[in-house]
Amino acid sequence: MLEQLEGSRAVARAVALCRPEVIPAYPISPQTHIVEALSAMVKAEEIAPCEFVNVESEYAAMSVAIGASATGARTYTATASQGLLYMAEALYNASGLGLPIVMTVANRAIGAPINIWNDHSDSMSQRDSGWLQLYVESNQEAVDTHLLAFRLAEELSLPVMVCMDGFILTHAYERIDLPSQEQVDEFLPAYEPRQVLDPDEPVTIGAMVGPEAFTEVKYLAHVKQLQALETIPELSGELGDVLGRQQDGLLRGYRCEEAETIVVALGSVLGTIEDAVDELRDRGVKVGAVGVKAFRPFPLAAVREALAGAARVVVIEKALALGVGGILSENVQTALPHGAARVHTVIAGLGGRPITTASLVGLLEDAFEERLEQMSFLDLNVELVERELERTRATRRSGPPAENMLRDIGTVAAGPV
Amino acid sequence: MASRPIKFYQVGSHAAGNRLLDPELSSVQADPNRSNSITKGHRACQGCGEALGARYALDAAMRATSGQLIAANATGCLEVFSTPYPESSWQMPWLHSLFANAPSVATGIAAALKVKGRSDVRVIGQGGDGGTVDIGMACLSGMFERNDDVLYICYDNEAYMNTGVQRSGSTPPAARTMTTQAVGAEPGNVFGQGKDMARIAMAHDIPYVATATIADLRDVEAKVERAMELHGARYLHILVTCPLGWSCAAADSIKVARLAKETGLFPVFEAELGHVSAVSKIRRRRPVEEYLKLQGRYSHLFKPNRREDVLAHIQAIADRNIERYGLL
Amino acid sequence: MDKPFAITLDVGSSLANKTGAWRDERPVYVDRLPPCNKGCPAGENIQAWLYHAEEGRYEDAWRQIVQDNPFPAVMGRVCYHPCTTVCNRAELDEAVGINSVERFLGDQAIEQGWTVQADAEPSGKRVLVVGAGPSGLSAAYHLARLGHEVVIRDAGPLPGGMMRFGIPAYRLPRDVLQAEIDRILALGVTLECDHKVADIQDEIDEGAFDAAFLAVGAHIGRRAYIPAGEAAHILDAVSLLRSMEGEERPLLGRRVVIYGGGNTAMDAARTAKRLGASDAIVVYRRTQEQMGAHEFELQEALEEGVVMKWLSTIKSAGEDGTLTLERMELDETGFPQPTGELEQLESDSLVLALGQEADLSLLDGVPDLEVADGVVKVDASMMTGRPGIFAGGDMVPAERSVTVGVGHGKKAARNIDAWLRGSAVAAGPTKHEEASFAGLNTWYFSDAPKTVAPRLEMVRRQSSFAEVQLGLDAENALFEARRCLSCGNCFECDNCYGLCPDNAVIKLDPGARYEIDYDYCKGCGICAEECPCGAIEMVPEPS
Repeated sequence: MLEQLEGSRAVARAVALCRPEVIPAYPISPQTHIVEALSAMVKAEEIAPCEFVNVESEYAAMSVAIGASATGARTYTATASQGLLYMAEALYNASGLGLPIVMTVANRAIGAPINIWNDHSDSMSQRDSGWLQLYVESNQEAVDTHLLAFRLAEELSLPVMVCMDGFILTHAYERIDLPSQEQVDEFLPAYEPRQVLDPDEPVTIGAMVGPEAFTEVKYLAHVKQLQALETIPELSGELGDVLGRQQDGLLRGYRCEEAETIVVALGSVLGTIEDAVDELRDRGVKVGAVGVKAFRPFPLAAVREALAGAARVVVIEKALALGVGGILSENVQTALPHGAARVHTVIAGLGGRPITTASLVGLLEDAFEERLEQMSFLDLNVELVERELERTRATRRSGPPAENMLRDIGTVAAGPV
Repeated sequence: MASRPIKFYQVGSHAAGNRLLDPELSSVQADPNRSNSITKGHRACQGCGEALGARYALDAAMRATSGQLIAANATGCLEVFSTPYPESSWQMPWLHSLFANAPSVATGIAAALKVKGRSDVRVIGQGGDGGTVDIGMACLSGMFERNDDVLYICYDNEAYMNTGVQRSGSTPPAARTMTTQAVGAEPGNVFGQGKDMARIAMAHDIPYVATATIADLRDVEAKVERAMELHGARYLHILVTCPLGWSCAAADSIKVARLAKETGLFPVFEAELGHVSAVSKIRRRRPVEEYLKLQGRYSHLFKPNRREDVLAHIQAIADRNIERYGLL
Repeated sequence: MDKPFAITLDVGSSLANKTGAWRDERPVYVDRLPPCNKGCPAGENIQAWLYHAEEGRYEDAWRQIVQDNPFPAVMGRVCYHPCTTVCNRAELDEAVGINSVERFLGDQAIEQGWTVQADAEPSGKRVLVVGAGPSGLSAAYHLARLGHEVVIRDAGPLPGGMMRFGIPAYRLPRDVLQAEIDRILALGVTLECDHKVADIQDEIDEGAFDAAFLAVGAHIGRRAYIPAGEAAHILDAVSLLRSMEGEERPLLGRRVVIYGGGNTAMDAARTAKRLGASDAIVVYRRTQEQMGAHEFELQEALEEGVVMKWLSTIKSAGEDGTLTLERMELDETGFPQPTGELEQLESDSLVLALGQEADLSLLDGVPDLEVADGVVKVDASMMTGRPGIFAGGDMVPAERSVTVGVGHGKKAARNIDAWLRGSAVAAGPTKHEEASFAGLNTWYFSDAPKTVAPRLEMVRRQSSFAEVQLGLDAENALFEARRCLSCGNCFECDNCYGLCPDNAVIKLDPGARYEIDYDYCKGCGICAEECPCGAIEMVPEPS
């Protein structure tokens, strides 16, 4: 049924259709609308039976989720940014214990400086936490992917993060085709936990493991994650059949046929990238795009195959590995045979900076003309940073760079420095 | 006090059991069929009070719930000595997640059970003093405030023992730890308010708060039993001797805990909905010195010079407890 | 359940980890000798019968007593209970009223008509017992139970010896005494009263006895030379007390002076009060601390109006009954020395309670006997120098009390039995180390002061010979029995089982106590420290 819905609301409705049993929640923008909607639905018994637990922190949220999931309840929560970091310890624990918790991350930058807007710094920081990470491009995909996430998590007994861009998706109103309860029930059977805390069949969960077995435990966890590379396409196919809607598996190519240059990215920015690709294709440029949906596990083979014909790969990243550069691009490079293609890393959209079609077209034009650096920052105010760098070179105590730059561009009234 | 009066004179209600006692009135620990929630083969130090306290409390809870019990355990000695791969000492469903989150994990378990209609299965969260009064306090306070249906038990051995005896918010004044060493003008831990977790718990007006020591297993059992009669957030704070961290003889583990109570340094009481409802009176009052002298962590109060000032200060703490709770 | 590798473990799998290897000391259960048992002259296993009594199994308790002593009801009244004096509980609150419980059990037996049988087949041996006092009756009882034919001969008209003719009825009612004697006789023991044995060897030969046990007691009151007028009414306490059993009550007058400081002096003074004396004055040459009478007897006497005159000797008795007393003074060695200070004391009669002597004339002419200080020497088996002739009670060197006499009877009987059978006395269980108070952990015992047995109200006991000390009722007796600390012997309080941090104590079936699981015991020592009765010892681990 088609409805005009806010992204958060649509996700909440999708989650509700998945019959979650325990939802611990703690507010943080831009995720808040999701749990607000869920709390109302639980209270109104539109989701029942379900316990909505207003916890005192994200750390507690993930901890309650761990307890609930280990007791056999289908468990969901949502967070973003600082909140994700605050629960970091518990994230590792949930995956280590193999608990199929599903969590929406409404992607948002990490401070300092504090910033509530979108980028992927938060979920990227947890890329090694053992959670599966699925990035969605649209709110419709967000809705469908939550269904997939629960099924996937429970099938593999691993937690899944559905990463959707904060504000850009969470707060956007779009026409959404919500599945029916029957469709969801058909796709997502009742949760049958791999292990559960049960007085009738007691077990000890969460043992201390020393050097004698720790490597093996980690190896098995790795293998288990890799299993998702087969499970995700299978389940996506199944979901597509149930919903009557094609589902991307591990990744999605866009106009990649005979493309010499392929742009790779995660999440909603793909929409803009596709516009740029269309524009350039219209001009006869052989360019395409690949949206990586499954970032963890990283689909090395699928990426390799998708990029096989390209001589140039431009990776647009909404996160920055300080001191090195790209994160996604590094993974892409791992996927490619040595010397197969030139890979450019473009850091873009940090802290909510808009990524426009014009900028992307300009960027790609630079690439075609071999003007694009191996690593670059899209729409960087070069003059401004140069001035700041100059200042810091001149005096050691030049004040906080962020404030200085804001003064520079006039956002903060310039005072005596 | 919640203990049932037992009219038995030879050993009264102070020993674990008695051949003359009606099995109904016998302590859980005297029962040959007790559940041994934590069983032999665990790696706790000799004379470990925490191993003992945990078995007292959990066996009592197991009896009160007919075995329908799940525990969430914080990181700490209890967790480490009971579950090193490949051996577990637990004989009940048990989950260890993290150091600071046992109360929240317990909440999650309780929430799941509620959803599943398993009101017969009850939940215990447990941890040491570090995991409870320090790093885990936010989660604990949240659990209290929401009045989640969890009994949380703190096994208080008054320092971070698992990491090698460092000061915690529960370490008493003047006590030596590896981070409050017996050097300088004011050797040992500082004098301050400490963190009185039982009173903090009471401030949440939760249904039940109680303190106990391993020196009185019947009292521990009675309190667990009382706690299991109630629903909502409940807190039990058990003083457990750590022979290693306190530098006392392993054999004196129980004696030391008994003296903690009999000196007034550790008040044993119960509170319901924020009000003290019962106290365990001191039976044979002793000066604090008798308690302190058994423990190497206080040896600097006696040699090379006797620190009358510090001893008087500690005695004053005991006296204040006695007055505050009416322990005599 | 499909458990993830290593992270999830099977419950109870730590049993694979045998922590017993950590141990350098191991707890071991021990049995220690309780002070009461050690202190009992009759050799009763007091703790064992209290153990039964604690469970309300009174007949079992009584049967445990009569293994050693045929007179629980008498003992419960007249024994000076050294068991209570050494009872460890005295250091905690008050000693256990062992004696009161024993009396309760004895009275229960009489009330319920409990009897005993011989334990052995008839041996065909005949034993002569001379004297039907506590020692002789005790010996007869044990000999009969051991299968021997026993004949008791006593010079008196009735059996009981000092129990009848020395101890006043207000302390030992005669029906109680008779009941316990009857139970002995019911074993087939022949009693011949008014039969004074003049020559022991003759009687042995004539009666074809295989052995004899002599227990004639010490019935002759010791006299002191006191210059006295002819009209002075002077008698000895033994005669006075004996005459109480006769038809006629002795006439003592209103003012009676008793000379001496032992238990007999107390008995005599209290008897005088009961016979109507307005004044009963005990004259003793030493102090209260030095007197031979037991403290409680003195207290009861004082309560009944008996007056004590310390540090005084009687120099002479005048015609009109006026006694001349000299005040004494203790020298630095604590011995009384005359001061020359005299005083007068009016009296209607003077009772001498200066000790008793044995009549050993029956031994005249028997070879190999050694008599010294008025008593017969015996060896460790109670046998005199003459093979086959044994002796005990007041006529041998020992403390003179009913309980000691009963103990002699038992010991002699067992040795006579062995001698008759040509075997050695079966060795008793090895004596354990004594259980000291310091070895107990008294925290676990609740505070329970002794149940004071009700005493006959003062007025009644001054004029009558009704029993002064009343018994415990069943509830009190149970309470009292349960005050026993079970010093040195496990009573299954479950402390070791309950308090082991390593679950290394195995609780066995009731009565079978516990076992240490050395596979897991880490040797922390909590069980030993927290054992209420000191029945666990830590010993170095064998290397």
